[in-house]
Amino acid sequence: MVVFDKPHALADLPMHYCPGCTHGIIHRLVAECLDELGIEGQTIGIAPVGCSVLAYNYFNCDMIEAAHGRAPAIATGVKRADPDNHIVFTYQGDGDLASIGMAETVHAAARNENITVIFVNNAIYGMTGGQMAPTSLPGQVTQTSPYGRDTNHCGFPIKVCEMLSELDGPEYLERVAVNNVKNVKAAKKAIKKAFENQINKKGFSLIEVVSSCPTNWGMTPQKALEWVEEKMIPYYPLGVYKDRTAGIVKGADK
Amino acid sequence: MADKVLMKGNEAIAEAAIIAGCRHYFGYPITPQTEIAAYMAKRMPKIGGCFLQAESEIAAINMVYGVASCGLRVMTSSSSPGISLKGEGLSYLAGADLPSLVVNVQRGGPGLGGIQPSQSDYFQATKGGAHGDFHMIVLAPASVQEMADLTVHGFDLADKYRMTSMILADGTMGQMMEPVSLDLNVKPMPEKPWATTGTKLERFHNITNSLSLVPEELEELNFKRYQRYAEIEKNEVMYEEYMMEDAEICIAAFGIASRVAKNAIVEARAQGIKVGLIRPITLWPFPKAPFLKATEKVHTFISVELSMGQMIEDVRLATECRRPVTLVNRAGGMIPSPEQILEAIKNAHKNGGAN
Repeated sequence: MVVFDKPHALADLPMHYCPGCTHGIIHRLVAECLDELGIEGQTIGIAPVGCSVLAYNYFNCDMIEAAHGRAPAIATGVKRADPDNHIVFTYQGDGDLASIGMAETVHAAARNENITVIFVNNAIYGMTGGQMAPTSLPGQVTQTSPYGRDTNHCGFPIKVCEMLSELDGPEYLERVAVNNVKNVKAAKKAIKKAFENQINKKGFSLIEVVSSCPTNWGMTPQKALEWVEEKMIPYYPLGVYKDRTAGIVKGADK
Repeated sequence: MADKVLMKGNEAIAEAAIIAGCRHYFGYPITPQTEIAAYMAKRMPKIGGCFLQAESEIAAINMVYGVASCGLRVMTSSSSPGISLKGEGLSYLAGADLPSLVVNVQRGGPGLGGIQPSQSDYFQATKGGAHGDFHMIVLAPASVQEMADLTVHGFDLADKYRMTSMILADGTMGQMMEPVSLDLNVKPMPEKPWATTGTKLERFHNITNSLSLVPEELEELNFKRYQRYAEIEKNEVMYEEYMMEDAEICIAAFGIASRVAKNAIVEARAQGIKVGLIRPITLWPFPKAPFLKATEKVHTFISVELSMGQMIEDVRLATECRRPVTLVNRAGGMIPSPEQILEAIKNAHKNGGAN
């Protein structure tokens, strides 16, 4: 009996991600959800600009590569092209979603656009080699904050789930992490719910996945996962920030 | 023959798009083209279509990108400053070989400029409009009827060649009312096996993409795209010749400028001056052949523009600088008068091309 196999929705290709990168885990979780919900054949995924730019190769569903930050606007077009049949997800990093694409993110949420957003927050720009991200922590050393992020000079990180939970629009906002088995399982549950919401026409669901970047953080994969636990999660608390159907608003269960 | 209705140019574009099968419109308010959005907002919900006011021009063009990727006819419209914002999306649409229709009802610039008519986005429209090697098919209507006709034609060409067609109108064309026949010639839409509408688990996944990290492959894509552009230059050029049979002076003008020029030509002819007009309808591809042929009889070309002189460069290239090309222009929202053009014609007649 097969107890562990590659999901059908995940392409049988070697991925380009660095050793210890958590994109592979998150890709797998998304693909498992497409399999389990039986929606691969009607799903269109939107890849971002950033480390996961090549995600369009890794999912077997139809894929679109977006301009930097524009995935929610493209997803809006794809969804509205056939609202009854298209299942649409975007897969975006923190620079893509919370910096250059912030307007597209906020307005898609405000419209309660019936799409699923997978938001990978690893507090750094990975593909361009480790620059300060909108979610880089205060004091965090990056290539463009070499003396540590000075909040007097360049401001504070953006807490996307908290910010979006203030809007009347979105259906579901949850922050999860993939730094240990327990959290990975919770992340899978949240991602699946985000797709189920779309199938049930409930509207905009965003899952923020607190993630690691060993290469650009300058850590071993193990150390990076510890840094997620010790530094990232305290700043970005996990939990449901909004679930309109369940009557939860603003992280009440965390 | 079908009855004619009295419509604003902007409304004629919107109704023609619906007749062409466009059921998705995304836009952001900007003068002087907002009637298109208003018309779509009224009509689309009644015919099962989608009008959505986007949060920005950037979002609007990316919504267009999404629908185009699904193989449906889709459009956006704006005016000059908004088209600059759409530039990013226009480049990505070109890189991903997606068909779309984009309308620019031009106003004076640069910057926020003004809200009166202009043709000063000619360079932007005809030379690419954003980063990278690409072209859009650029159609320049000179009447409300052509606003409708060229909208339908623009959709057909966009689908045929998998690229963006741009209607390059101006504030005058958008705002003026004329009788228009909506008995329009819509061709059947070609099959789009590349569309991202879900694999149904029956085929390998389709990918809409403009990224190509291997330079040899990206080069090949560019060369292939330009082969398609060469086909368009060969097959899709449109222009009107007016009183050119015996013309010794040739005016080059498009859009509203061509209509003013025709008045000046009639007056000059009454005074015995042999002057005619070549009116490009496709600004890209530019009608090079009729201009080159005209150099056999014409001693002076006059480019009449609502800009600081942009099309004049294409006239010089098309005529291979065999004859002098002079400029009659107004800018910033002003329109050349028939008298201003007539004076230039008289000067050209006096000099006989010897300047």
